Formats: sequence, C-alpha cells, structure tokens
Amino acid sequence: MAAELKLSELAVGASAVVRGYPKAGDAFLRLREMGVLPGTTVTLVRTAPLGDPLEIKVRGYHLTLRRSEAAHVIVEAANPGP
Amino acid sequence: MNAPGKPPGGGRAPVYAIVGNPNCGKSTLFNALTGLKQKVGNYPGVTVEKKVGIAYSQHGQPLTVIDLPGTYSLAARSPDEAVTRDVLLGRRTDTPQPDRILCIVDATNLERNLYLVHQILDLGRPVILVLNMMDLAVRGGLDVRVARLEHALGIPVISCEAVNNKGLIELKLAMSRPDLPLSRHAWDVPAAIAPAVAELQASLAANEGKSPLIARAEALLLLTDQDSVRVAGSTPLNPRTAEILRIWQKRWAEQGMDWAGILVGSRYDAIGVLAADAVRAGAPTGRTASDKIDSVVTHPVWGWLVLIAVMTLIFLSIFTLAEYPMDWIGVQVAALANWVKGVMPPGDLRDLITDGAIAGVGTIVTFLPQILILFFFIGLLENTGYMARAAFIMDRLMSRVGLNGKSFIPLLSSYACAIPGIMATRTIEDPKDRLTTILVAPLMSCSARLPVYLLMIAALVPGDRVPLATKVGLMLLMYGLGTGGAFGFAWLFKRTLLKGAPPLMIMELPPYRLPRLKDVVLHMIERAGLFLKRAGTVILGISIVLWFLTAYPKGPGGVSAIDHSFAGQAGHAIEPLIKPIGFDWRIGIGLISSFAAREVFVSSTAVVFSVQNFDADHANADITPLRTALRNAHWPDGRPLFTPLVCLSLMIYYVFAMQCMSTIAVVRRETNGWKWPIFQTLYMTGTAWVLSFIVYQAGRGFGF
Repeated sequence: MAAELKLSELAVGASAVVRGYPKAGDAFLRLREMGVLPGTTVTLVRTAPLGDPLEIKVRGYHLTLRRSEAAHVIVEAANPGP
Repeated sequence: MNAPGKPPGGGRAPVYAIVGNPNCGKSTLFNALTGLKQKVGNYPGVTVEKKVGIAYSQHGQPLTVIDLPGTYSLAARSPDEAVTRDVLLGRRTDTPQPDRILCIVDATNLERNLYLVHQILDLGRPVILVLNMMDLAVRGGLDVRVARLEHALGIPVISCEAVNNKGLIELKLAMSRPDLPLSRHAWDVPAAIAPAVAELQASLAANEGKSPLIARAEALLLLTDQDSVRVAGSTPLNPRTAEILRIWQKRWAEQGMDWAGILVGSRYDAIGVLAADAVRAGAPTGRTASDKIDSVVTHPVWGWLVLIAVMTLIFLSIFTLAEYPMDWIGVQVAALANWVKGVMPPGDLRDLITDGAIAGVGTIVTFLPQILILFFFIGLLENTGYMARAAFIMDRLMSRVGLNGKSFIPLLSSYACAIPGIMATRTIEDPKDRLTTILVAPLMSCSARLPVYLLMIAALVPGDRVPLATKVGLMLLMYGLGTGGAFGFAWLFKRTLLKGAPPLMIMELPPYRLPRLKDVVLHMIERAGLFLKRAGTVILGISIVLWFLTAYPKGPGGVSAIDHSFAGQAGHAIEPLIKPIGFDWRIGIGLISSFAAREVFVSSTAVVFSVQNFDADHANADITPLRTALRNAHWPDGRPLFTPLVCLSLMIYYVFAMQCMSTIAVVRRETNGWKWPIFQTLYMTGTAWVLSFIVYQAGRGFGF
C-alpha cells in the first residue's frame, strides 16, 4: 500500500492515483469536469518557472492548476514504473 | 412541433450549432464549412461574440450554422460558456434553439472531449459527432475506431481533418440528411440523485413549458451549475424550480453527499466504457514533439528568454511596421481633406467635413495598423498554443495582484495601445478578472504618450540637447509609474470593488500546432471589423464634437481662433482646477483637445502658443521651435510657465489621466455600457490630478 500525499507534494515526473477530493468549491467541480476524478491517474509534468502553477498530465492531455488547489487533492503514489 | 429528427417545416433550413472544447479545431471547421459567408456580431446585452455562417448542403441548400463559444462543460463558468449553454437549452430569445448539433471533438483526447458530448446527447436533439485531428491521433499511435463509436452512440460519426479540408464532404452529406437519428446511448442517472432529477424535470416541464428531454438535461445541469452564471438576455429560472433545487441541495449537504461528484463521476464512467471500446492505444510513443518544445519553452531559464524574445519581436513589429501604414493613412487623410477644401467653397460645412468628419475618420483608421498587427500575433500565439504557455509562466507574478496569467498578454499589448489590449481581454474567462484588466490596461504607457513625454523632456532640460541618460531615466520613470499604477490599482480593485473568489488557473496546455494562416487572418480581420463598427461610430461622434468645441464660436479676425472657442473658454473655466497642479488655461486647452488622442497635445500646444509652420503630423517633426515657445511662455505675473516642475507634473498627469476617447469607446463596447468607462475616466483622471498635485506642491515647497 503506497503512501498518501497531496498532489502538490508529488515529485516532478511522478505518477499517482487521485484518492481524496474536496466536495465543495468551483475549482474542484471544474477539475472533476476536466476528468480529474477519484481513481484517475495523474502525472506531475513540471512546475512553472516560478514554482507555481503546476502542470499535470491526465487522460492524455496537459492541465495546469495552482498549488493552492493541488494541496487539497489527496493522491496515492503509483508504483514506480520500470 | 416537429419530430426531433426531421428538418423543420415551412421550408426553413435547419439551424446547426457547432460546439466543442477550446482548442479542438472548432473555428477551423466553422471557417471551412462557411468560408467567408460569416456574420460576426454580439449577443445582445453580453460581450460575447455571435458568429453565424451559411454552409451549403450537397444539394446546394443553405444551412445556417451558429459557432458557439468553446467550452469544456455545459455547467458554465464564464459569460461565453453561459451563452453556449443557454442557446443549446433554448433559453435565449435572440437566437433560435438549434435544430441539430455538430459536436466537434479532438480525436487525440477523446475522453475529456466526450464529457461535453455526453451532456449534449441528453438534450434530445440530433447530434453529428465530428472526430477532428484524426491524422494527429494516428501519428500519436491511437487507433480510433469510428464504426465502433458510431454503433455505440447510434449517431453519425465523421472522421475529419479540418485543417486539411478532409472529411468535409462526408460531414456535409451527413448535414444534408433529411432526418438524423437520435442517440441510442443509454445512460442512467445515478440512483442517489435520480429522485431529485425527476422532481426538477417535472417542475421544469410544468412551470417553464420545457419538453421532457430538455427538462431532464436542464435538471441534470442545475446540479452541477453551482453559481448558475446568468447572462443578460437569458430567461431566469422559475422560482418553484429554484426552490426544489435549494431543498435538495440542503438535504444532501446535511447528509454529506457529494451530488456533483456523483454526477460527473457517473458520466466519466460511461465515457470510459465508450472510449475503451472505440480507442486502442498503440505502443507508447515516448516524448512527443510538444513535450520537447515545452521542455525549452517552460524551462526556468530558457522559458524567460523565449518569452522576452517573442514579446520583443511583437513590439518591434508594431513599432516599425505600423509606422508606414499609419504615416500613409495620415497623408491620404490630409490629401482627402485638401481635395475637399479645393472643391468646396469655404464655410462651416466645409470645415465640418474636413476638420470634423475626415479628421475623425483619420483618427479611427490610424489605429487599424496597430490593431491588425497585434491581433495577427495574438492569433498566431493562440493558434500555435504558445498563449497558454505565456499565461502559465506569468501566472505566479500576476497572482500577486489577484489576477491570473491570462491577463498578461492584454496588459502587455497595452504598452503599444490600450485599444487592442482591451479587445484582447476576451480570452479572460472570469468576468471580474476581465473587468479589472480592462480598468487598469490604459495605465500602461501607450505609444501615443511618447510624443508628450518627449516634448516635456525637451522643455524640462536646459540647453539644446537632452543628455541620453536623462531622457532614458525620465522615460523609464514614466513607464515604471504607469506599470506600478496598473498593478497597484488591479490589486486594489480585486480587494474592494471586484472582490471574488481567487481566480483559478485550471487551464489546458494544448499540444503545439502549426498555425493556419487563413484562420489567423480571418481572426485579425474580424477584430478590426468589430473595432470599426462598434467603436468607430462613437469616436467619429466625439471627434466632431471636439472639432466644434475648438472651432466655435469664431473669434474676431479668425487668428488663433482656439482662444475664443468653447475649448478656449473651457480652458479658462478649468484653470482654477488645474492651477494647483501648475497648469494654466492654455495647457487646459491642450488637455481638452488631446482627449481626441494624447499626441494631439503636441499639435494643439503648437496652435495655442502660436508656433508658425509647425508640422505635428510628421513623425520626425523638429520640436525645437515649439520647445522655445514653451520656454518663453509666462504666467500673467511674469513667472515662467513651463518650469521643470510643471513639465514633470504634466508628464505624471499624462501617465495616469484617461485622455483618450477611443479607449473610452472601446471600454464602453467591451463592458456593455457607460458605467465602467465613466468610472475609469474618473478614477484615472482623479489619480492623475492628485499625484500631479502632490508632486507640484511638494516641489514648490522644496523651492523648485
């Protein structure tokens, strides 16, 4: 069982599966509608040059979100690939 | 009522709506379908572009096609998205509810694109699904099986490459079909929310007269439509329905149920099944070209260099390329005025035509080169995908004042001219962020302020030559003041007047794509046309009024008529107001007349201070005689007028004051009313006066 951490704490290049998700808030509804749902695998691609926002890869496309939102999304680190 | 699949009776051609996610190639497809047979306007009451075109069926029958703003979901977050939702739901009286819907999706990114399609299938209208960018999907190793998707959904699915005009014939054939099937995609509302959906649906059908399928779709939408963005011109929700919604939401909140999450999750589950059946991913292709470009473009070091290089290129182009057409237009306008002077007898009517109307048209047209060049580049940045990267890089800095990265390009463009800058704010989704950006954009020192700064610097420094360091230093100070002011006021507005939730930066970074010249040029022409149509009339009106104020009433003898004119009288009238900042009535005339455009200050000052043979229309005009005249100007008590302190005060005044009727006209258009342009004029000019007052009075206190 891999450890749970916040999406904002994920290392660049690492993948994780979304687990916990806040119920309320426009940001999280929009993230859901963009396909970031509990059970979805996301990869942290990079951070912007000034450290915020983050760029993640989800369902085959690239999406940005701010650290302040990512800090509310709980993810479970996926097993490191080969 | 017509049966859903049949074309409407009475010989009316079916109305198609094109919907899709941003960056899926929707505009390209719309342009390809309709060619140049497009009409661009505005939805009444909102500043959302309405694009309607005519396409021809395979039998030559005209088909109306409405290009709706791109959106990821029908649960609207911005006025643009609200218009898409409301047109599809038949909530707008100004637009007929589309008979049929063309859903365009990016085949390389099917899952997320199908979310919107899934919502649209609920509407009970015939849908044609267009899988665009099939070539890119194949290149990306995806095997998209069109027949499987067609079978699963039960609607026509057309594979297409809009940029290469491939698949258009098949699409037009499908569009020409006299009847189209409704989707047979079965999707059950999750049990936890089904009773609420049924109750809302019944209320929508009973109280608002919606057909059962539209009522069901709208009921589902209400559950995710948290803040229910309402735009002018859309029918509001019936209070009974709103009450039902409120009761359910309260009950669910007490139970700790995540109703929106359940609904979105169940749609994605259904989409997952569809996509798993229709798409076979090939072997992983490794790093794509986009990934490689991004590793440079968003690199902590190279990213900044690329951004600076791109912006420098745009500015150099605007300053160097725009000058030629602007000069040429100036010459042509002057030639036209001279020609009219030659063929008409002297008189008021001739002056009205030459100095009022032709000069006004000249002002409007000289903006065009800058607008065209800037929108060419903005179109290019949007089409290639770089625009989103610039916003990504700049977001952190913009967030300091409560904005997001999308405000960066409009604000930067405003250094050239606030008009295209303000017009470029349409890419900002959040209405409050957009308004804040519009309100502060004219504080960025535009190119029309340069002649005023240069004249004042020349008058300020003793001797004939201005040392380069002084010139550069003062210039930087003015640009710094303007930029600082813009960010300061943005910070202030976002904390007071336009307070809202912190702006989101949930934005797609689309793959890089080669731009298509046709789309970029169409976009550019469209923008210029909108400027001419909507802002042009206001500018023309104000120019004629300004001409009248400076020409009437006629003074004796006609020499230096401006002194006797209404503008001259107004200059005298405002002298008590501007005396505390060091200006006399003659500078007052300059302020009033330069409302036409800031650089007019230079030419009107030449008239007021009776400088002979001064050619202000010429870009490289020698300002030495004007400078000498300014240095010789005195107050009635013999004190010199243009002391260095007054020159500085005047420059600061021009940094902050709203001295541009064209900007006011554009802000009126972009905010749909006079409220915000009036507020903007008052706050900017008020700040200008206060700061000039502080500088002038403090300077006097220190003995300057």
